[in-house]
Amino acid sequence: MSKSQNIIELIDVKKVFDDETVAVDSFNLEVGKGEFVTFLGPSGCGKTTTLRMIAGFELPTSGKILLNGEDISNLPPNKRPVNTVFQKYALFPHLNVYENIAFGLRLKKVENTYVNKNGESYKKLQKLSKADIDKKVKKALEIVDLEGFEKRGVATLSGGQQQRIAIARAIVNQPEILLLDEPLGALDLKMRKEMQIELKKMHKRLGITFIYVTHDQEEALTMSDKIVVINDGEIQQIGTPDQIYNEPVNTFVADFIGESNIFNGAVVGKLKVKFCGATFDCLDDYEINQLVDVVVRPEDIKICRPGEGQLKGTVISSVFKGVHYEITVERGKFEIIIQSTSTAPVGSTIGMRIEPDGIHLMNKVYTVNRYDGVITKNNKVQFGDGEFDCDVTRLYEGSSLDEEGYLITSAGEKIDLAGVEVNVEVDTHDITMTDDLAAGGAQGNIISMIYKGDHYRYIVRTEENEEDYVFSSPDMWNTGDLVGIIIPKDKIKLSLKQVGESD
Amino acid sequence: MKLRFNRSQLCIPYAVFLTAFVIAPLFVIVYYAFTDGQGQFTFSNFINFFTSTNTLGTLLYSFALAVVTTLVCLVIAYPTAYILARSPLKKKHVLLMLFIMPMWINFTLRITALKEILSAIEGNISAYPFLNSVIGMAYDFLPFMILPLYTSLQKLDKSLLEAASDLGADKLTVFLRVTLPLSVPGIISGMTMVLLPSMTNYVVLDMLYNSTYIMGSLIGSYFSAYDWNNGSLISLVLLVIILIVTLVTDRFSDKDSNARGAVL
Repeated sequence: MSKSQNIIELIDVKKVFDDETVAVDSFNLEVGKGEFVTFLGPSGCGKTTTLRMIAGFELPTSGKILLNGEDISNLPPNKRPVNTVFQKYALFPHLNVYENIAFGLRLKKVENTYVNKNGESYKKLQKLSKADIDKKVKKALEIVDLEGFEKRGVATLSGGQQQRIAIARAIVNQPEILLLDEPLGALDLKMRKEMQIELKKMHKRLGITFIYVTHDQEEALTMSDKIVVINDGEIQQIGTPDQIYNEPVNTFVADFIGESNIFNGAVVGKLKVKFCGATFDCLDDYEINQLVDVVVRPEDIKICRPGEGQLKGTVISSVFKGVHYEITVERGKFEIIIQSTSTAPVGSTIGMRIEPDGIHLMNKVYTVNRYDGVITKNNKVQFGDGEFDCDVTRLYEGSSLDEEGYLITSAGEKIDLAGVEVNVEVDTHDITMTDDLAAGGAQGNIISMIYKGDHYRYIVRTEENEEDYVFSSPDMWNTGDLVGIIIPKDKIKLSLKQVGESD
Repeated sequence: MKLRFNRSQLCIPYAVFLTAFVIAPLFVIVYYAFTDGQGQFTFSNFINFFTSTNTLGTLLYSFALAVVTTLVCLVIAYPTAYILARSPLKKKHVLLMLFIMPMWINFTLRITALKEILSAIEGNISAYPFLNSVIGMAYDFLPFMILPLYTSLQKLDKSLLEAASDLGADKLTVFLRVTLPLSVPGIISGMTMVLLPSMTNYVVLDMLYNSTYIMGSLIGSYFSAYDWNNGSLISLVLLVIILIVTLVTDRFSDKDSNARGAVL
């Protein structure tokens, strides 16, 4: 796509709140004229902040926002040809429907051309005439299907109607971009579905660019031309709904968009991957012996007779969901979810077949936790907002501790380790968590859990410096739980920081 | 035996108080207002009040004083409340406290202090009776104006302001077309709370050597001369004025307004 067709471009946009909280980081995005783009992500991921920067309510800390190639990063909202539909509509309670919609029109000035007595034409900035405003408001009300509501007070309208007025108020100004901040969030399910279709129709009819923010993946898939999946202030993937669903780039996207089975796998040959104790053909080319995350959509697993297909397992539950059954199958320690129009009785053994195009391989994101640590007085190590017992003798080969806690090297040298800076490495499977906060070396909240067939992958973040612990656990906890982090003494790998090393 | 009360029984103490000290005196006032010294029914007090240039002049003077005081309070309080409502959370309560704190200090003490300040500035303070009375009243009633304004500006939904600027309004337009209209309930409420007391609070005038009578001083002088009848009638007139003001302003304030409630 050539640059001139991009209506808006975000270049390296970054937003930091209160000098410390990074809400949005290195955000690069190009939006073409007339596109329907959706920002999708969990709450607090920075999608609304990005939208507010495009609207002008927040200014980016660094980076640029270009509109039709012009830098608008620091323009106030009233100078931008962009209008917003707010999450809670933000209709003016002291004005009726007509005045709400006419609000923008009354402030607008248009250039009219006149011819004076001498036949010279001249231009004049003028306010819109009453008749023009009238016509435009009528038209906008027609578009949102609320003709005849002009005189009504906004408080007398239902949520859906208020939503439509909010949309009418924005589109009546003929913005180049319409920004929608979770506009359907406050509506009930049926209303939401109707509005989704209507918004989509409106987008086609008006031909203006829509930027839509939502945390509802289904809404995003239904409506968008392009989806931007965001997590932790960073873009995870940009693509069409099709691409996002069928070719997720990482486990976060796979887990967030639709249902998925996520397994740990290893590449065992050219286009061959092993997971769940079986070897499968796949289409993603990875190096042999590389560890990968494997994502399989529940509908890509076909049920067949036991013995056929690559996997065999026992059905432990089958739930009818309307269009399909959701079947949970147990295979050893793995749990596999299948969506299928046919079902099998609970307790029966079935075979499962996965075609190569149903298997998606991804680079493993985390395999080891790395921290900067410092040895404290009692030969403990402090890192990641916590203090843990460790085996300091590992820092020097053949060393031992004397009765006063000093380290004696193999050469007989006595070293006081307190204050020594070290690199700390902990494998993801060596960390466990506990309810007993005092028992843990560090405490934090579970900010993410992703089910991976036979275990969950957790990320626990500490409050103080937002240090992350990434690890696997077979037990189920809840997101948001405050937990203590336990790492066995011998699993903490220490190495001395090289002089001059910095990061 | 267990003591049990239902809701209506819990009202009894207040009901007794209300009857004895509010309702009964009201009837007494009405009775006195329409009788003469001998207890005969008469309209003469009423006619006297509305024909005497003296009393009507007092009414006019009190009204002018009250209106000017209210406007001065509004002009000072609105920007203050606006800044208070907009300032970041931590400082806000301290600032608000600074404006409310004078209310904790004895009223006569404050006015005496004010008198000293004014004499230091003006020299002979009896030379500017009206100005000094306005300053004194405004000083006394300012918190009553700030609080309802603060409350109504505080509960103003920020997204409305964003919506207005999104639709093309610059900062001044946002204020004139959104902030101001939406703070009208606070303005009305603050104005009622200042206007009515400043028509009667003659202590301020006395202490600041303003010898002109206002409604309060008129009532006081009648009562100290044992003329219950005329005093009562004027009280009644004030009561009716208050009633009218309240009825008129109620039409402007929004139904769920708790601006006034927050102050009381």
